[in-house]
Amino acid sequence: MASFKVNGVEKNLDIEPEMPLLWALRDELGMTGTKFGCGIASCGACTVHVNGSAVRSCVLPVSAVEGQEITTIEGLASVAAGANPSAPDLSAVQQAWIDHQVPQCGYCQSGMIMAVSSLLATNPNPSDAEIDSSVTNVCRCGSYPRVRKAIRSLAVA
Amino acid sequence: MKISRRRFLLSSAVVGGGVLIGYSALKPSKHRRANAELVKGEERYVTSFIKIEPNNNITIYVPHSEMGQGVHTSLPMMAADELDAAWEDITVEQAPAIDMFANGELVKGFAGEFGLPGFLKGIVNASAVSVAELMNLQTTGGSSSVRFTGESSMRTSGAAARQMLIECAATRWGVAADECNTALSHVQHNASGRSLSYGELANDAALLEPPENVTLKDPSQFTIMGKAISRVDIPAKVDGTAEYGIDAHSEDMLYAAIRFAPVFGTKLVSVDAGDVLSRRGVQRIIELEDSVAVVADSYWRAKEALKLVKSEFESSDADTTSSADLFAGFERSLAEDDSSEAMEVGDADAALESAADIIEGNYTVPYLAHAAMEPMNCTVHIHDDVAEVWTSTQDALSIKARVASIAGLAEDDAVFHHSYLGGGFGRRLPFNWNVIDHATLIAKEFNVPVKTVLSREDDMQQDYYRPAVASNFKAAFDANGMVQAWHNRFTGPVQTPGASHIPYAIANQSIGYVDGDTHVPVAAWRSVDHSQQTFFTESFVDEIAHRSGKNPYQFRMEMLAEHPRHRKVLEVAAEAAGYGQNLPEGHALGIAVQESFGSIVAEVAEVSLDANDRPVIHKVTCAIDCGWAVNPDTVEAQVESGIIYGLTAALYGEITIENGRVAQNNFPDYEMVRMADSPEIDVHIVESGEKLGGLGEPSTPPLAAAVSNGLYILTGQRVRELPLKNHDFSRSTPIAKV
Repeated sequence: MASFKVNGVEKNLDIEPEMPLLWALRDELGMTGTKFGCGIASCGACTVHVNGSAVRSCVLPVSAVEGQEITTIEGLASVAAGANPSAPDLSAVQQAWIDHQVPQCGYCQSGMIMAVSSLLATNPNPSDAEIDSSVTNVCRCGSYPRVRKAIRSLAVA
Repeated sequence: MKISRRRFLLSSAVVGGGVLIGYSALKPSKHRRANAELVKGEERYVTSFIKIEPNNNITIYVPHSEMGQGVHTSLPMMAADELDAAWEDITVEQAPAIDMFANGELVKGFAGEFGLPGFLKGIVNASAVSVAELMNLQTTGGSSSVRFTGESSMRTSGAAARQMLIECAATRWGVAADECNTALSHVQHNASGRSLSYGELANDAALLEPPENVTLKDPSQFTIMGKAISRVDIPAKVDGTAEYGIDAHSEDMLYAAIRFAPVFGTKLVSVDAGDVLSRRGVQRIIELEDSVAVVADSYWRAKEALKLVKSEFESSDADTTSSADLFAGFERSLAEDDSSEAMEVGDADAALESAADIIEGNYTVPYLAHAAMEPMNCTVHIHDDVAEVWTSTQDALSIKARVASIAGLAEDDAVFHHSYLGGGFGRRLPFNWNVIDHATLIAKEFNVPVKTVLSREDDMQQDYYRPAVASNFKAAFDANGMVQAWHNRFTGPVQTPGASHIPYAIANQSIGYVDGDTHVPVAAWRSVDHSQQTFFTESFVDEIAHRSGKNPYQFRMEMLAEHPRHRKVLEVAAEAAGYGQNLPEGHALGIAVQESFGSIVAEVAEVSLDANDRPVIHKVTCAIDCGWAVNPDTVEAQVESGIIYGLTAALYGEITIENGRVAQNNFPDYEMVRMADSPEIDVHIVESGEKLGGLGEPSTPPLAAAVSNGLYILTGQRVRELPLKNHDFSRSTPIAKV
């Protein structure tokens, strides 16, 4: 039995302890916002937050997140809003992604948004070098210039 | 399907301020059929792409896949503008995969451009089908959606619907149609101050035959086109709700992991599954002709179980083949030079004979994988003599037909469920059938949905690759150092005819190709042949410029007297990039230009070497003449995208063959440009007002040459082989200023 919280909701799954969190989310819980990209923690499409920090879920066994708080793209805004009923439907990062028209095919963007949200939570005004070293997700559509602009707009704000 | 005469009219003429177009888009029977077969409640289809409800909600059906190029926004913008609808009233829907919504316009568009594109030729070769059947596609490729479907179907549909709505209002009011005008989804009669919403008129309009000819707006009348409208697909892509093919999900779903024959074209010989069937969740081991699959109740369980299955594949002549062998074969093929279809201008051979000076350049580029972020996958559910399919595809109608045929059903017994694509780049075009065929054959064994997913490793090793090409050049100079001849032989296949041709005024040219077929399967890859040919031709033109003692920008400008659009984009890009001005120490600019898919693109790359003598691309300045811009923001986004895609190929892209199989596995050995490598990109749209050009691909071709040409100035080393990661720039000498 694996037990952890996803977006604030307790989940108890009868699955193998070595099943990666990505597949528990996608196939067992039907939460498909988190994407499979490479399966070796290289591309970042599967990035989620474990206790608020960005983690690549495709190689992370569920045994490693026992009792932990997982946030996925589906819960990013509501977890950020907490108990505040007047909080917007989107997090500031998600809104910046719309304002700067960042996604193209969009497949990598769940992971990209989770990675950037985690970075900005600990470093609200990152330098270019800090962005480069902490946002290492792959985007085949080449949204990088817009990702950088969107991060800059949040850093200034 | 009955073909009406109107479908084949495609003459156009400029009349007054508008364009009269005989539109093949509107098959008069189609909107009636749509109303009979598809309509619910009070909605009405006015043309087959436009549906109007009584509350004035207007749905525009897009017969193209959305893979990030923004076509679910730009095509509705075109229809809505001609319809004179308020953008707020528009709902966008993917057109269903039924022949009523085929987008065959692009076939005719391409036929006018250079004959049928390679990726469609398979249909012709396979079954010698008629042009009418070729129209029965929903292909998204060749940077074609806006310039062909948009211009020929969307705008005419909008304009025709508007005309029909006016006619209905005029009849109802008993006034002349030309006393009426339209704005914001209403018909108005200014003289009497009356107004009716489109929703109030749709019932009547649906009974009319669409008009034979319609007048399209002059650009000065546009209310929606030309604006940077936010893309309709983006909100779902920031909150995790956007559904891709791989996201198909149901409680009773099964999952297949598959292992293919590692050497292309070989077959499965035997399987030893041991006690894999006793593992948790494992349902079946399925042996196919060229692969073995494990089906389980979760993808991870299937994948883990597959690791324990032993399999043997037949041996083949290709088992010892390496990339070196393939390139040696290319060189032999080039040396024999039995090209029969060379493009000849003047007499290049004679000019070479009498030349005062000759330079040669032998270029190569490797195979490339598409590596779309969404690994290839397909879900099929066969039940009650119906095959349902969920997959990310660049041609839903073709997939439907293919799945039906593999499942042994009639085409109408297949149902296609649309989704967004997690990247396409050519990999998801028809004829790249692996995974589609396999998923269908596997699903035939079950009566629940089965999702087959390729691992990233299989996605990389079982692709249909951008062809590796070798290309040999000779240029002849006269005693005054003026270039007199261009001689080029390269290895095929040729998928986009003309990609190897040059716009430069060189009096004698001979351009031909020889056989380059190998056992490696190939297909279209973003920008198709332009991706290789532009690296070759724009690099060799640069060699000629330097040999002529001329600045590469000035040389191009002088040689392009007959091509003002090329000159313009070069001028805009060079000026914006600060060409000829002082650069930071250790930086250099390289330039390249190419016309592809109807757009002309110049790029200037600012490059330097880092402390380890590896290339750094600081900035790419790009000028694109795509005629005009339907949505300027998506134009810029596509240009940025094509540049990054081209940069990954230039810096890192290399699929090699070892022992007959692909050596690369995953992103570590098929590296991608990421944030750290990503240059600043400065895009300038040059609105020439010419015919709309494509956008998804044209910014990819010039990139590799622009970067390499800059590196030549910086290092004195001429890059004739990609990728750049294989080059050692440590002992380099900048060339003297030109």
